[in-house]
Amino acid sequence: MTDATVDPTPALTPSQTVGPFLHIILPWPDGPDVVPTDSTGRVVIRGRVFDGDGNGLPDALVETWQADPDGRFDHPDDPRRASSAVAGFRGFGRCATGTDGGYVIATVKPGRLPDAAGGIEAPHLDVSVFARGLLDRVVTRVYFADEPDANAADPVLRSLPVPARAHTLLASPEEGGYRFDIHLQGPNETVFFDV
Amino acid sequence: MTEQNVTDHDVTDHDVTDHSLTEHRVTEPNVQDRYVRPRGVHPRLASPDYRSTALRAPRRALVPLAHRLTETTGPLYGTDRVTEADGDLTRQHDGEPLGQRIVVHGRVLDGDGRPVPHTLVEVWQANAAGRYRHVVDNWPAPIDPNFSGGGRVLTGADGSYRFTTIQPGAYPWGNHPNAWRPAHIHFSLFGRAFTQRLVTQMYFPGDPLLPYDPIYQSVPERARERLVSRFDWDATQPDWALGFAFDIVLRGAAPTPMEEPHDD
Repeated sequence: MTDATVDPTPALTPSQTVGPFLHIILPWPDGPDVVPTDSTGRVVIRGRVFDGDGNGLPDALVETWQADPDGRFDHPDDPRRASSAVAGFRGFGRCATGTDGGYVIATVKPGRLPDAAGGIEAPHLDVSVFARGLLDRVVTRVYFADEPDANAADPVLRSLPVPARAHTLLASPEEGGYRFDIHLQGPNETVFFDV
Repeated sequence: MTEQNVTDHDVTDHDVTDHSLTEHRVTEPNVQDRYVRPRGVHPRLASPDYRSTALRAPRRALVPLAHRLTETTGPLYGTDRVTEADGDLTRQHDGEPLGQRIVVHGRVLDGDGRPVPHTLVEVWQANAAGRYRHVVDNWPAPIDPNFSGGGRVLTGADGSYRFTTIQPGAYPWGNHPNAWRPAHIHFSLFGRAFTQRLVTQMYFPGDPLLPYDPIYQSVPERARERLVSRFDWDATQPDWALGFAFDIVLRGAAPTPMEEPHDD
């Protein structure tokens, strides 16, 4: 039984906003490069982060985390753990937005991956957005619009409470890669997840 | 609704401002959470006293995401990101920065009390006069040519970290008339999983500005003081630097689920 007087989440450190001065240390020179620039299959995901007035955020930080093209993580908690076949694959990307709210992540498309319940997840990236005015990060996912069959079987997309909002999670193909805009508010507000 | 339901997933501390838009959870009963979900710990995204939230905090309810591989793994960064000099913010230039030299140290733990070893800790802060070395900070306090205000350290095998810096100053901001941020140091942590990622701020004990700061006050009251460091006599170095201790607790493993209670 749960005792209502006991803090269910003992002494966890609360979040605070990243503030407007994150550029002092957080951007890395190679932050946007999930893979080296000469990697086979390299794609560039570009987009902008918008506020409720439709203006780009000039002071946000976008981070991504993803499996490799074989759907594996080089991490002890992935039972299928393996070093990636893509040399220099890092899995993690980080890019501060420019004056127009734009960001860039250069990566390779992740593979599909199995979950513990027998589902198969479509290729996706987990995304964190940090910014002044966000007291905690917000989390979303990038899926790929040119993977309709995989997306149709994806357990997260299938269980969205409002299926009509799924389009906010789809990156659209464009020259050299994909476009994925993030709307913090507004009629196209991106689906954000509680993790 | 059972108590189990209330304490499990139906409550989110990221309350929405417009409850008419609340989306109901579609359960995914076959995927168990690997990490505990914080409740009553983090600030509400929509915190009107912090004005910048108005156009930036999402208005719709967050959608619960079950923890699968992408959420239970994360970047394991390490030594290639950190040099010895990154851990001493007073030695990044030819001369010494002005201000009170301090040592900040502590441990990074998870919610089960286990140390989080070899994880990257990034810090940034204003100088002793309360000015950031940043293009958008233009209030009339002096820049210190000997202080950049950024550092990186890696936790040890026991989760401990330590860096040397100077005591940051308070500074005014435009949130409301006569608004001042209490002195603070920004912290960014990875842990070992995407779910554990945390960005926060460390404050100093006894700061008279804390009751007036809407960013600090945005944290639920019972969790607020966790952001205030402790003066540490033992870490204070004779004839050199004052010591402050600040432990950081990231999310721990979710308890193994019991058999589901039945309403019927």
